[in-house]
Amino acid sequence: MGAYFTEIFRGLQSLAIGLGITFKEFFQPVVTVSYPYETIKMSERYRGHIELIEDEEGKAKCVVCGMCERACPSGCISLASESVEYEVEVKGEMKTKKKKVLTKYDLNFTTCSLCGQCVENCNFGAITFSKDYNLASSRKEDFHFDLLNRLKERNS
Amino acid sequence: MSLTILNVIIAVVIAIGFAALNAAYLVWAERRGAGRIQRRPGPNVNGPLGLLQPLADGIKLMTKQLVIPGGADKALFMVAPVLAMAPAIISFVTIPFSESIVAHSMNIGVLMIFAFASLSGFSILLAGWSSRNKYGMMASVRAVSQNISYEVPMLITVITIVMMTGTMDLKELVAAQSGGIWNWNLIPSLSSPLMPVAFLIFFICSLAETNRAPFDLGEAESELVAGFHTEYGSMGFGLFFMGEYANIVIGASLITILFLGGWGCPLGLFPGVWWFLLKIYMLIFSFIWIRWTFPRTTIYGLLNLSWKILIPISLFNLLLTAGLLKVF
Amino acid sequence: MSGPIHIQPGETFTLNVGPQHPATHGVLRVKMEMDGEYIVKAETVLGYIHRMHELMGENRTYPQVLPNLSRLDYLGALGYTHGHVLAVERAAGIEVPERAEYIRAITVELNRVASHLFWFGAFVMDLGGFTPLMYAIQDREHILDMLEAVTGSRLTYCYYRFGGLYNDIDDDFIAAAKAFIPRMRKSLKKYDALVTGNIIFEKRLKDIGPISAEMCRKYGATGPVARGAGIDFDVRKNEPYSVYPEFDFDIPVYHECDSLARYKVRMEEMEQSLRIVEQGLEKLPDGPIMPAKKPKLIKPPAGDYYQAVETARGSFGIRIVSDGGKNAYRFKLRSPTYSNMSLFDEACEGMMIMDALAMMGSLDLVIPEIDR
Repeated sequence: MGAYFTEIFRGLQSLAIGLGITFKEFFQPVVTVSYPYETIKMSERYRGHIELIEDEEGKAKCVVCGMCERACPSGCISLASESVEYEVEVKGEMKTKKKKVLTKYDLNFTTCSLCGQCVENCNFGAITFSKDYNLASSRKEDFHFDLLNRLKERNS
Repeated sequence: MSLTILNVIIAVVIAIGFAALNAAYLVWAERRGAGRIQRRPGPNVNGPLGLLQPLADGIKLMTKQLVIPGGADKALFMVAPVLAMAPAIISFVTIPFSESIVAHSMNIGVLMIFAFASLSGFSILLAGWSSRNKYGMMASVRAVSQNISYEVPMLITVITIVMMTGTMDLKELVAAQSGGIWNWNLIPSLSSPLMPVAFLIFFICSLAETNRAPFDLGEAESELVAGFHTEYGSMGFGLFFMGEYANIVIGASLITILFLGGWGCPLGLFPGVWWFLLKIYMLIFSFIWIRWTFPRTTIYGLLNLSWKILIPISLFNLLLTAGLLKVF
Repeated sequence: MSGPIHIQPGETFTLNVGPQHPATHGVLRVKMEMDGEYIVKAETVLGYIHRMHELMGENRTYPQVLPNLSRLDYLGALGYTHGHVLAVERAAGIEVPERAEYIRAITVELNRVASHLFWFGAFVMDLGGFTPLMYAIQDREHILDMLEAVTGSRLTYCYYRFGGLYNDIDDDFIAAAKAFIPRMRKSLKKYDALVTGNIIFEKRLKDIGPISAEMCRKYGATGPVARGAGIDFDVRKNEPYSVYPEFDFDIPVYHECDSLARYKVRMEEMEQSLRIVEQGLEKLPDGPIMPAKKPKLIKPPAGDYYQAVETARGSFGIRIVSDGGKNAYRFKLRSPTYSNMSLFDEACEGMMIMDALAMMGSLDLVIPEIDR
């Protein structure tokens, strides 16, 4: 009989403690960020999709070595290049040399898993992560990024 | 004669309006309250403080298609949500908000409210059964056994109060408690020393009767998906939802009338409808507060609570009060 | 009216819990043979989110598999990537600088706390209480913010590299972690008062959902499920790896075998993880985070390698069979939840559906990790 009443009492007490906690929380300030109206600054190391880095002349730093393409686990990077002849002065003589120039840098963001292997494997520091996270679309094609185009748009 | 009919129509329209308005804005209050407890703002986009949110929800629910699942009993499927809402509205007719604001005062008001309140269990049974869904079926069986077992201690407690005041008229019940907090039924007197316990029992029972958490076994979303209204969409669901909140208002009004002195002021000054409304909204806040604090009970835990704890104690209270009324 | 009840054919009905059901937290399907509210027989059906991670591990080079491992268990991803890098380092014989190992231990333990916090909230939500989930997510958010600042992502980290780490931690992280520990301890006290002490909660879990030590051994259950059944087994203590022998921490073990025991094990594990983080931050040595000679091409010598780690859900094992090539010949993942869930069919027989689903919550299932 005693145990019967102590259990009822103990139960009621535990319920009262719970109510006390939620009552205290009721008067605490709100902790959420109302997203479309406020945004949080992304941290320095935030890994968004990749973006090309430009050199001093405003052209892509990329030398088309293809390391990022090979390192990518999902195969979402595809590069294209063309050979361009250019002249340099070597020991007073003009020589013609060939150089690869990036013509296309496609990123298929639908399959990218944001692992960062491409950036890590780039020996020339030619790609970086963007801080873009507001990416939403109902069409797949919107996530096939032409990074070279994006670079041009950024510069213009 | 024609005047009486007009009176009844006006009363019913006002009751429906009051019930619908309350249901709509209690949903808003519930969501805001839950938000505050969980330290988030709750709905705050539509209108100032999100006050237009119930309107938006209402429009959304009303414009949606009403889907009747194949194999369902069509007629009962349509009737069930109406049955959830109607008893609550009818009960409003007899509730006295103040000395003068009452649609139709009757001398058996308490009895009438309980008679209609037990219909809400019926609507849950019909909804679960007619929608031909296993989850709905299990939920309706649960809800009915819950409603039956919680009506018993609730009525025993009411009998205690009726015995003390000697009337079933809601207005007279309030009148017997007028004059200040010391006259309220909540406060123990010589002839009824266990009244705070009876209040607690009645409070728990009204939580269970209105299917509110922690006794929301008919819905139990983590076990039975959405319980008895799993198959309901659009305004069918909307009516269940409004019925739930209308029932809450009825429950809070009953507690106020039976225990908290109705429209009377705690100090006996300026009695009026504002005191009544203040009391019921404070009770409704505590309903919301409880819902967002506790986990759900089990079905056997719920039945054990009723049959092993609430009924024996309320019976003891009844006997004690009966004996003491003879003595004093 | 005593004696066993014999169910006649046709008296039961089949209830499909899932693959879309609020209690299964994902796409798990349980076919239940029900007698009213009682479960007569249950059969879990898997494979709704199978993504062939093992085969992918065999088709890709070792570094290319790195992002896959964090997709197994998205709540405690670091534990799984830790197992992977340890296994490959063991296979290829790569030395790891001490600082890197310390940072790995600190981040793994923080991730464990985050994972347990989310489990705590989801579990109480299974029982019908919604508010503790919000409080748990609030605390978890602090951890995710810290880890995001270091690793660059919030959930599916790809932070560890063979031989070390991707990034070093900075002073901000250390300060944030040091501030987080006392705050988390305060929150744990709040959870104890709000949930653990609650009579409804206790009634729902105590002596409900028994999983005996014998059953754990039969199905190979590990982690908090086994420790709640009185089996004192934790990979961090029993087969020490990384820098765990340097830390002073306890393994909570309960012998009650019920859902409450499993709950308490996890709640205490959070406290122990905080202790490890605290010690790790104190002892953190200076130095590089990658070996001086960065391993370029990873080609482990032919052989069979196995590494087990203690993740938030139990003992995660990874077996690599190498034929000396750039890819693994066989890449086998032993995921703890798969074994933990296997015992559900047997354990839930004869239980009521609400108790069975509460027990399922106490197993801490993450479905993508079962299906891999």
